[in-house]
Amino acid sequence: MATSMTPQSTAAAGPKRLSVAILALGGQGGGVLADWVQTVARAHGWTAQGTSVPGVAQRTGSTVYYVEMVQQGERAQAGDPDEPPVMALMPVPGDVDVVVASELMEAGRAVLRGFSSADRTTLIGSTHRIYAIGEKSGMGDARGSAERILEAAAQRSRRFIGFDMEAVTERAGSVISAIMFGALAGSGALPFGRGSFEDAIRGSGIAVESNLRGFDEGFRAAQQELSLPEEPQSDFPAPTSETGRRLTARIQGSLPEPAHEAALHGVQRLMDYQGAAYAEAYLGRLLSIAALDAPPYTLTAEAARHLALWMSYEDTIRVADLKVRETRMDRVRGEVRAEDDQLLKVTEYMHPRLREVCETLPAGMGRAILGSRALTRLLDPLFRKGRHVETTSLRWYAMLFILSRMRPLRPRSLRYAEEQARIDAWLDEVRETALRDRVLATEIVRCQRLIKGYGDTFERGLRNFAAVMQGLRTPPPGRAPAAWAAELREAALADEDGEALKERLLAA
Amino acid sequence: MAERSFKKEVEKLKLGAGERFEGEGILAVTKALLQSGVAYVGGYQGSPISHLMDVFADANDLLAGLDVHFEASASEATAAAMLAASVNYPLRGAVAWKSVVGTNVASDALSNIASGGVRGGALVIVGEDYGEGSSIMQERTHAFAMKSQMWLLDPRPNLPSIVDMVERGFQLSEASNTPVMLELRVRSCHLTGEFTAKDNIRPEFTVSDAAANPQRDTDRIVLPPANFLHEVEKVERRWPAAIEFIRENRLNEWFGPQGGDDRGTEGDGAIGIIVQGGLYNNLNRALELIGLSDSFGNSRIPIYCLNVTYPLIPDEVRDFCLGKKAVLVLEEGQPEFIEHELNTLMRRSDIQTRIVGKDPMPRAGEYTAQVIRDGLGSFLRDWAPDIAPQQPRSDPLPAEAAAQIPGRPAGFCTGCPERPIFTAMKLVERELGPSHVSADIGCHLFSILPPFNIGNTTMGYGLGAAGASAFKPKDKRAIAIMGDGGFWHNGLTSGIGNAVFNKDDTVTLIVDNGYSAATGGQDILSSRAENKARTTQHPIERAVRGVGGKWVRSVNRTYDVARMRDTLREALTTPEKGPKVIVASSECMLNRQRREKPLKKKALKDGKRVVRERFGVDPDTCTGDHSCIRLSGCPSLSIRPNPDPLRQDPVAHVDNSCVGCGLCGEVSHAAVLCPSFYKAQLVSNPGRWERLVHKVRQAVISMLQGWDGRARAARAF
Repeated sequence: MATSMTPQSTAAAGPKRLSVAILALGGQGGGVLADWVQTVARAHGWTAQGTSVPGVAQRTGSTVYYVEMVQQGERAQAGDPDEPPVMALMPVPGDVDVVVASELMEAGRAVLRGFSSADRTTLIGSTHRIYAIGEKSGMGDARGSAERILEAAAQRSRRFIGFDMEAVTERAGSVISAIMFGALAGSGALPFGRGSFEDAIRGSGIAVESNLRGFDEGFRAAQQELSLPEEPQSDFPAPTSETGRRLTARIQGSLPEPAHEAALHGVQRLMDYQGAAYAEAYLGRLLSIAALDAPPYTLTAEAARHLALWMSYEDTIRVADLKVRETRMDRVRGEVRAEDDQLLKVTEYMHPRLREVCETLPAGMGRAILGSRALTRLLDPLFRKGRHVETTSLRWYAMLFILSRMRPLRPRSLRYAEEQARIDAWLDEVRETALRDRVLATEIVRCQRLIKGYGDTFERGLRNFAAVMQGLRTPPPGRAPAAWAAELREAALADEDGEALKERLLAA
Repeated sequence: MAERSFKKEVEKLKLGAGERFEGEGILAVTKALLQSGVAYVGGYQGSPISHLMDVFADANDLLAGLDVHFEASASEATAAAMLAASVNYPLRGAVAWKSVVGTNVASDALSNIASGGVRGGALVIVGEDYGEGSSIMQERTHAFAMKSQMWLLDPRPNLPSIVDMVERGFQLSEASNTPVMLELRVRSCHLTGEFTAKDNIRPEFTVSDAAANPQRDTDRIVLPPANFLHEVEKVERRWPAAIEFIRENRLNEWFGPQGGDDRGTEGDGAIGIIVQGGLYNNLNRALELIGLSDSFGNSRIPIYCLNVTYPLIPDEVRDFCLGKKAVLVLEEGQPEFIEHELNTLMRRSDIQTRIVGKDPMPRAGEYTAQVIRDGLGSFLRDWAPDIAPQQPRSDPLPAEAAAQIPGRPAGFCTGCPERPIFTAMKLVERELGPSHVSADIGCHLFSILPPFNIGNTTMGYGLGAAGASAFKPKDKRAIAIMGDGGFWHNGLTSGIGNAVFNKDDTVTLIVDNGYSAATGGQDILSSRAENKARTTQHPIERAVRGVGGKWVRSVNRTYDVARMRDTLREALTTPEKGPKVIVASSECMLNRQRREKPLKKKALKDGKRVVRERFGVDPDTCTGDHSCIRLSGCPSLSIRPNPDPLRQDPVAHVDNSCVGCGLCGEVSHAAVLCPSFYKAQLVSNPGRWERLVHKVRQAVISMLQGWDGRARAARAF
């Protein structure tokens, strides 16, 4: 008689039973994996049963496959083979021996649903992420935290085997179900030899070679320490030119240390964007803020980041410049996995509207066109349709190339004038605020994050930025101004229509 | 062509006596039908019984050899009406559908067949889509069985029990002249297992025999005075006959100690459990986990297992309950019909046993082993504290960690042609403001979920247009969505015909992807594919015009977002009165890939020129706003950490599962988004001329890039 909530191991009382729960997303081959596991168990004379819930949930949703296997003892040999042991149809919390999850948050879901328990379960989970729609569609960064899940997975399993299954799949040129199957074999959680797992793959007769390759990689990965997906690392920029060294020295000599990294990146970026003089102007602006800062110099560090981003705003020249580079073509080839003997054609989807074209023109001319009804009406139809720009063709490449060479004209462009005016207004606000409230000033600096994108997205960003800058002047009674500013910024990123921000501002 | 080919499974249907059948529950049912000498089978696909329909559709030759007629019915009502063949003739017939929705559609015919009664065995196989993974309203088929007086089988979830119950079901139906329903829960349909096969039986009397020898009996027709006769017959003859058959053949089962006279023993035996057959395995697992049973079902508590949940057998119930203090009844879903009936039986027999059901057990939701374990624990603490487990300690994952785990609502597949339709709707919504949108059943219903969030109601399969019929707009027109599956199921009449007749001024958008896609990609009337066994290629537009639709526009490539948007805008703003119908057609991407992938592979192998398209995002121009994702939601369009050391928000990213449908590019054009998307065309085995042109271009571009690179180095950091 059980008296605690810890489940009794049934192994002692009756025949040996093992249960495996597989958590996967639709299309990842969870069903194939469940079939393989049953094949292995049956080959060893065990009775195996699998269940699943296919249906619409399968389309991109998370699915649970469940396999239960019972080692048939004397009873089965003597008795009716049609009187099978009574098997459960779904994993019962606390009664699962192995969980295999194809993605980090699915491993988390196994933990959340109680399938993985600290005294019993071998939890095999991928550490890579497949982002859910709610995480992907956020206007900023809506991703869940991996650390908390990894922590819980380790605490709530007898053994946690975690590695980046997607990277392994990639390396092996296989499918993730084969990797999971290999990891399951490699974990040693099931009392069956490696050979019978491989036989199951051979027996299914589909993509045997690549599945075995994946199996092998998965098998070996299960023996390793916990490993996480590689994050993009950026090196501390090292100067390569005389100007670079001079500016580096200036940064190191005049800016507080916490701002160095961002400032170096900023200078590097702006030299590439426009030139040394523009980078100098950046440093000048940054110094004016650093002069008002004090330890821990968060204001300067954040300003180094956001000022560089704002000053390298994306105009047509910049976009063309980024598209024609040799490094860009190499990156595309890698990304789409072009093989050496394949020809690659690349088509861009560009939609320069009359506004963007005028912004590239000298300020006076641009303003004149945008200010004239007749001219706008005449020219606008020319820029209403999106262009399919085939960058790998000579005509379009040349066009983009010429546009990218217009960099020296940029300081005279309409957009330049507009952006510098906005930047100066923003910096004035920052400096003025920094005199009395450095934390609030830092929050104002961070509001640059609201301005991004092109076309309508950009205009929405500007509107939100203006609304936040206006709203943060009048925090509701009792609210710290900096916290209020941060709250408004988050609200501006909550939805596309600006509902959350409007609500917040009205409530204030 | 269905989503999967079932040729391999068809082989299993040919197994002979003594051979072992190994496979899925729903496939075991197909084999059991043939073993029972079924003469005709029909049904309508839908999870969880789709595979039954798919296997039969692939088993034409086998069925023809056995003289079994199979039909993919136009709707569940069609399927149920098909059972009319068993009214006058000794024909065993079976139909299958997803329940409770399919039973709703079928209920007119079901009431008629249940009223007049049957001569040949009539079996209705319902896949009860209840609990986790379900996509429909949570109701019980049990109510239909009760109101029409059809018997309801709910076998224990293992293959031998299920297979046995199919054959018993036919016998029961014949013994009581009543149609019988066989209820299989979702997981029972998909559970794998084994059973010992029997030979298939060719029906003694076939549908052709019946057609050749028509018989007529006006007493079997629902028309006065026979309809009154039927009711009396049900109560006086069919019901008692059923009870007799069920008791004689011991269709229900008993487990655990039953005492000398089947009254239960003292101590443990002073309580008992009555369980629906389909829940038996979960009950045993719950008992096992609290130490009151083993994995072969040797329970320490008496169990009465209802493989027939309707009707109840009063004698069996009385004998089981007599002498027990309390009996727990495990009955999934609500209302708790069985519990009510048990209480009535106790009162009528004046037995003092307490029937305990929806008190320790939750009123709503699936009875998983965990739920039963909790409820059982509570029942035991009240009625048998000596063997009761302690109150379980719960140790949930802390909220901060749990909050990190995102929900994963169902969504459109990679490259789905329905997505651009909703992208276009979003764009029109930005211009004209939101409309009332009456949605329909099908993959397109995912529009109500993120990222589209389009759709106000859904009233049932094919009822999208009907669901908008109350809207007689002055200015703003309502929009109805309808799938091609729903259109042929009933939407043509219930939606389009109705709108024409009533001069509705609504816009109906028919999503034509060439298949009944959500149920597994079965062919329908308007499918483009050739189908050897049926006729296809009947255009929806012609049918719409046939019932009097005048304003009809066909968009033959849904990925053309701009055209979709413009057509929709026109439909919403045209001064023309009457229903506006847009037929938006593009092939279901899942099926298209399944068709094209092997062909491409082969062409590659043969050294032919093959172009693969896919999309990508330039991370250095992407600013991480994710507008593109909010207008698409494609699984292959995701995010990744920003490689830019200064930017913090993740950038959009297209992974290698991209099938190059083109939506990303069209969206960035139509919505004026950003210049980050690019289309890559990878040409394998290019021709000689193509190679030469490419070489020349590359040479010039490389020269310019070299120049650009040097200039860049000169102003480098």
